[in-house]
Amino acid sequence: MVEQLQVPPLRNEGRLAAALDSDLLHAFLRSRIAVAATLITVTLVLAAVFAPWIAPHDPFDLRQLNLLDSHLPPAWLADGDPRYLLGTDDQGRDVLSTILYGSRISLGVGILAVGLAAALGIVLGLIAGYAGGFLDALIMRIADVQLTFPAILIALLIDGTGRALFGEHRNETLEFWVLVLSIGLSFWVQYARTVRGSTMVEKSKDYVLAARLIGIHPAKILFRHVLPNVIGPVLVIATINLALAIITEATLSFLGVGLPPTQPSLGTLIRIGNNFLFAGEWWIAIFPGITLALLVVAINLLGDWLRDALNPRLQ
Amino acid sequence: MTQPVLSVRNLRVEFPTRRARLVAIDDVSFDILPGEVLGMVGESGAGKSVTGTAIIGLIEPPGRIAGGEIFLSGKRIDKLPPAAMRRIRGKRIGMVFQDPLTSLDPLYRIGEQLTETIATHTDLRGAALRERAIALLSEVGIPAPEHRFDNYPHQFSGGMRQRVVLALALAADPELVIADEPTTALDVSVQAQIIELMKRLARRHRAAILLITHDMGVIAEAADRVAVMYAGRIVEIGPVRDVVSAPLHPYTRGLMGSIPKLDGALDRLVQIPGSMPRLTAIPSGCPFHPRCPRVFAPCPIHRPELRPQAKAQVACWLYHPAPSAQSEKPATLRGGSP
Amino acid sequence: MTAASAPPLVRAENLGRIFDVSSPWLTRMLENLPRQFVVAVADMSFEIARNETLALVGESGSGKSTVAKMVVGLVPPTTGEVFIDAMPMHGRRRAAERRRLRRRIQMVFQDPYASLNPRWRAFDIVAEPIRAFQLAASRPEIAARVGELLRLVGLDSADGGKYPHQFSGGQRQRIAIARALASEPAFVVCDEPTSALDVSVQAQILNLMRDLQDRFGLTFLFISHNLAVVRHMAHRIGVMYLGRLVEIAAADALFRAPRHPYTRMLLDAVPDLDMSGRQRKPVEGEVPNPVDPPKGCSFHPRCPFANARCRSELPPLLAARAAGAVAPTGLVACHAVEEGRI
Repeated sequence: MVEQLQVPPLRNEGRLAAALDSDLLHAFLRSRIAVAATLITVTLVLAAVFAPWIAPHDPFDLRQLNLLDSHLPPAWLADGDPRYLLGTDDQGRDVLSTILYGSRISLGVGILAVGLAAALGIVLGLIAGYAGGFLDALIMRIADVQLTFPAILIALLIDGTGRALFGEHRNETLEFWVLVLSIGLSFWVQYARTVRGSTMVEKSKDYVLAARLIGIHPAKILFRHVLPNVIGPVLVIATINLALAIITEATLSFLGVGLPPTQPSLGTLIRIGNNFLFAGEWWIAIFPGITLALLVVAINLLGDWLRDALNPRLQ
Repeated sequence: MTQPVLSVRNLRVEFPTRRARLVAIDDVSFDILPGEVLGMVGESGAGKSVTGTAIIGLIEPPGRIAGGEIFLSGKRIDKLPPAAMRRIRGKRIGMVFQDPLTSLDPLYRIGEQLTETIATHTDLRGAALRERAIALLSEVGIPAPEHRFDNYPHQFSGGMRQRVVLALALAADPELVIADEPTTALDVSVQAQIIELMKRLARRHRAAILLITHDMGVIAEAADRVAVMYAGRIVEIGPVRDVVSAPLHPYTRGLMGSIPKLDGALDRLVQIPGSMPRLTAIPSGCPFHPRCPRVFAPCPIHRPELRPQAKAQVACWLYHPAPSAQSEKPATLRGGSP
Repeated sequence: MTAASAPPLVRAENLGRIFDVSSPWLTRMLENLPRQFVVAVADMSFEIARNETLALVGESGSGKSTVAKMVVGLVPPTTGEVFIDAMPMHGRRRAAERRRLRRRIQMVFQDPYASLNPRWRAFDIVAEPIRAFQLAASRPEIAARVGELLRLVGLDSADGGKYPHQFSGGQRQRIAIARALASEPAFVVCDEPTSALDVSVQAQILNLMRDLQDRFGLTFLFISHNLAVVRHMAHRIGVMYLGRLVEIAAADALFRAPRHPYTRMLLDAVPDLDMSGRQRKPVEGEVPNPVDPPKGCSFHPRCPFANARCRSELPPLLAARAAGAVAPTGLVACHAVEEGRI
């Protein structure tokens, strides 16, 4: 009486084989943009992660700096020095090294901020979608109010508050985390809304009813049953959000309210370099600028592709 | 001999997927005469909906018609360019789908939708157009049609909406109406009304109806002849009375036996072991052979074709002399399963 | 069939459920609209004896699904109460008692595609009730039990490693049944369990359910819109129309001699597969909108036997006798039957 089963039973090692054989991977490999974007992203990320090992100099070690080496153009130009491939800034720091270290900071802030936004947004979205009623209305009204402010403004607000609060006790680590917090808190709404919508759909499905029937606690239902089914769009949003977070951090640093100059991110570097643009020393601003643009575009393209590729499956 | 309204010959539809070639229907042939209702019955994946979609030319690429011919009143229509096919759709072939909720545009009044369809396919305009629309509504049994003319779809109940959809399908007086599960989403008491209506309309307009459904009860009530589909092939076709009361093919027998009936007391239902094969891996020979209680030597090797038997036609080696194992070419060479 | 002395396993007393379908508060204030309510279920009382199958039959809007959800405790009733083994479902109780109660009830849902979590493997889906009620301690014990359950429903124990999308509709419904049996319940509510399945698969599942009922002494509440399916499964049948029971009787009696006009209409609407040439009399009209039901007997607009009393007075459920029978064969809510007109 056993029905004829067409698919052989899956064992654990078969999961990897199945993933490698999946339609998603296939579509990915066929899209040259997606592959290129991923390669660029991965390269930049790896370069940033391994900065302490691959950077030719340590730009933050004051003992290594030589003021005599300042204002040097890139190596392929007339006055260039092969030791400083992309030139030096007004302090004698190697631009290439500062870019590598700066990317580290930018990516670090970006990823942490997105992580915070996603975590907060997912939790609030799950609660709002599942509980409904007053709790849902409360969370959504807060979200609506927040959406009327531009993210930058919110980030500035939180950042300023942080500075005022910690006035005398300011230090680099604190500023770093205040920055992460401010960017993260300005982005949670998008996650919450998406997750809330999906949760509202899933909560009326029979498998949730079956779990409620045997008395499973709502929190367990939310995180073990509903969450795996609503997380798909979140990944897409997070990828695109990452680019936005990095830009936001760069903007804040450019405005001077981000990270201190002793811990420069790409944005800080652009700000510093901005002062020298008209003096003709273009390399101090342009190279960090190009890196930032490349990183953001690559992540954006990857996120776009992911959204399109996952769309029919999200049904 | 009246010429059939619809004539399908050796139709084959394939869907190439990345892993394998999916044969949705294979070597399907049938005719429908004017005023006749042909029922096409089968379970999920048997290919009945694909047949309907193929006839009106709405198979989504990369799916395609890979063989065979379709004739509408003698003229070939399967190879027509898209513009010509658009003109035929609606004017000469009407469609009724399963879900009346999504068949009607919720943003427009039903009167508008009706007059738009009629205007597209006839020369009627103005007052004559509106009169025809109201006459159609009345014909399908909508009470007070002059008033309901200005209602929106959501103001109708499910059964009423399906009547409107029937009116739309008949608006241009088509020769053929394809109804794909027209009563499945309706309550059982409304189903009977809609079936009655469809039969009456078919007779009155001399239209041929292809009634696609999984519900044998609907077929028994509404159809004149029935084609039973399995894994993309027709396994039995004949007058409804004969196929339902004295099924020939073992699959049809099993199907009829597994349908619960009112007079059966608490006894076990007949069940066919296993399930319909995936269309990417159709068994060789007769596709039903792995589940057939009467399987014997030629079944796994040679694919049976539809041959006349009593008043019907059936594709089964039980009824026709089977080729001996050595002499016949195996079925795969004739464009059978991959 | 059932010993008169044994108490019923399930007893529903005066169950009712009203849904508030009013527009949001702001809209009502601005447009001066009244609040709107839908009476989904009213005055439902019935009993189910051990090892018996009671079927509730009705079309859309009959409230049968709502009754099912109230009986298992997923939806709180607006009025009335459900008693499982004489224990009330919704009274305030200690957590331990409530858990014992929950363990005895299970449900099989209609849609095989929505009743299993698409991200969970079949093993975890079936194991969830075992883990929730702590019916097995160690992983090997749980695995043994899950394997046993999968085999019981006709699947292979190795199927536990697969995801729902790798199964067909019928196989998913088998997994759902295995999950329902995992907590060793006494009472299983089946909400249209085969409506979404092909007819040959339906036959397999219905046979399976009956075998399991015989083997484990299960009690079923079987919800369906299909009278022929119910014929094969139920000992007693209740017919619902717009939230109320209009007739309830033993299966034989109901099919042989239906009393209520709606029951007769439903039976008449079942297609004639014996090709006996039976003339079907399609009844006019459709199920009315539950927001604005007809006054009096809600079936009167479609009833060929309606009189003035039917249009104004709601008929109560009364004992009725089939013609020629000595004892009452069931309950019917119909003035015409009471007055002897039909």
